[in-house]
Amino acid sequence: MLYREALNRALDETMEMDPDVVVLGEDVGLYGGSYRVTEGLVAKYGERRLIDTPIAELSIVGNAVGMAMGGLRPVAEIMTANFSLLAFDQIVNHMSKLRYMSAGKITLPMVVRFPQGVSRQLAAQHSESYEQMLCAVPGLTVFAAGDVNYAYHALKRAILMDDPVIFIEHELLYNKKGEVDFNTELDPFRARIVKEGEDITIISYLKMVDDVMEAVPRIEEGLGVSCEVIDLCSLNPIDFETIAKSVEKSGRVVVVEEDHRTGGYGSQVVSRICEELFFTLDAPPLRIAGEDVPIPYNRSLELLSIPTPDKIAVQITEWGRKNGL
Amino acid sequence: MNKLLAEEIYYYMVLGRRFEYAAKEHYMRGDISGFLHLDIGQEALSVGAVKAFEKGDLFSTYREHVMAIARGMEPRAVMAELFGRVTGVSRGKGGSMHLFDPSRFFYGGDAIVGGQIPNAVGCAYARKYRGEEDGVMVVFGDGATNGGAFFESLNIASTWRLPLIFLCENNRYAIGTEITRVSPFLHQAEKAAPYMPTMEVDGMDAIAVYETVKEAQKEIQKGRGPIFIEAFTCRYEGHSMSDPGNYRSPQEMQICKSKDPIERMRSVLLEKFGTDKQMVESLERRAEKAVEEAVEFAASSPEPEPTELYEDIFCKRCGNVVS
Repeated sequence: MLYREALNRALDETMEMDPDVVVLGEDVGLYGGSYRVTEGLVAKYGERRLIDTPIAELSIVGNAVGMAMGGLRPVAEIMTANFSLLAFDQIVNHMSKLRYMSAGKITLPMVVRFPQGVSRQLAAQHSESYEQMLCAVPGLTVFAAGDVNYAYHALKRAILMDDPVIFIEHELLYNKKGEVDFNTELDPFRARIVKEGEDITIISYLKMVDDVMEAVPRIEEGLGVSCEVIDLCSLNPIDFETIAKSVEKSGRVVVVEEDHRTGGYGSQVVSRICEELFFTLDAPPLRIAGEDVPIPYNRSLELLSIPTPDKIAVQITEWGRKNGL
Repeated sequence: MNKLLAEEIYYYMVLGRRFEYAAKEHYMRGDISGFLHLDIGQEALSVGAVKAFEKGDLFSTYREHVMAIARGMEPRAVMAELFGRVTGVSRGKGGSMHLFDPSRFFYGGDAIVGGQIPNAVGCAYARKYRGEEDGVMVVFGDGATNGGAFFESLNIASTWRLPLIFLCENNRYAIGTEITRVSPFLHQAEKAAPYMPTMEVDGMDAIAVYETVKEAQKEIQKGRGPIFIEAFTCRYEGHSMSDPGNYRSPQEMQICKSKDPIERMRSVLLEKFGTDKQMVESLERRAEKAVEEAVEFAASSPEPEPTELYEDIFCKRCGNVVS
């Protein structure tokens, strides 16, 4: 099953289950979704439930907040992360805070989904990552789907739970193939151990998990070690228990993110590891992140701006050698 | 409009004004802090509109104490919220600008100018979707009509034919800036007119406001889409307690206050509905007492416990605990 099909299936099943689930966004209905995530759903559930909106992101999220206040379970789709900035007032001032400001009297069972990250030469206004900003907003649950099975289970859970969820997808993952285990419930708040290992813990999420996995054989061969790879899945709250268990075992940790280095989400992960696990560390943590530049259009410049499997392998190998591996 | 209803409206208008004067006094004493936006002068609009729109979802602004009380929220719980006490409607975590009571279909209490309008649009969609008839009313000031949220909402509510009343309180000032300096129109209804029918009402006349909103509610229930009401009004105080309001001339304020909505409603009761003077005075005393009681309650209520800090961020059964 493809990643976008897994998301489609999660939407389909929850819509089937609960008539209050509605999907709204630009081109989600008749067009079938810019990344075909909502394909076929309008034929099954009609235009009342697959709501084509104007290209007005403030309203897409603002209306979803109101729909949730009115008793529905809206799933809002924003075409790409950069466009979500137009909805940031609604995300930050309304969606995340209404429950707290009303002392729990207002419940907002809603999801805002969007893809982010570098795809292929979409340039500076269609390529960015915003998990760092969204995770800095108390009241939002932030899931990042880097895997087909997680995408299916986590989206389903996000729709059916009563808290507002930011559901982050990646531009390059929609056609990723994977197995979905329909029979085993998955806890979307838990990190996923993608590969077990002993000597280095590599923490990542979204598409960088695939890039890390591509780099791992070279790292293991080069250093003669085994790596444990963790896909964080839930960015807020973070499953620090899984991280701690792995870092206590390996004593060495690398965080890989596509996001710009300064203020990037990985800095928070490393900070917490240093604060809580300092004496279990055998080496200073390594961060591999995107450059502090707007994402350029030109393909070779674009690839210079973010981590790639090659860069990950080289940087981790060098760091390992410098630190006694 | 019958006599009983007119008396009730008068009672809430007096209650609203006394409440606001008490809030002002306790702000100056330091019992209330933060931003405090008083509704004094605008009572005809706040009470007339809310009493007309008895059922249905109501979305308001940060100047919402009187509307909240007119919707049935207890003055004592509202005052306690202003005092930041745990007995307040939002357990002291919302404050003056964030009063909510979904059990009375009152959704705030929004301190982002225009931010509540898209929420009201979404709520109207939900009501229509579920076949619920009462509809939704969203209240905002003239200042909000210059922002994107307002224009997006006109477009969507009209396209989707939503049961929604846009009620614009035009007091002619966006904080301290006169509306015609930042908008080509004095009548903000001109912005809505391409999208939906519009109505205009004297916002200093409670009965006119009441009747206009009633008529509008009947209209939106016909399924033909939203309606825009513009009510001209006058706020006697500054934008908030930190604004002395000296951008308005004494003459302007004098003209404004000569149309005082409470004086006007009092005359209507005495002259048109034949309410006797004793009854009017007893309504006033009752309002006075309710405010005194509210202040006493607020002042004697406990502060929130420190544990309150972490309550109500997430719903417990979602399993979302910070690790």
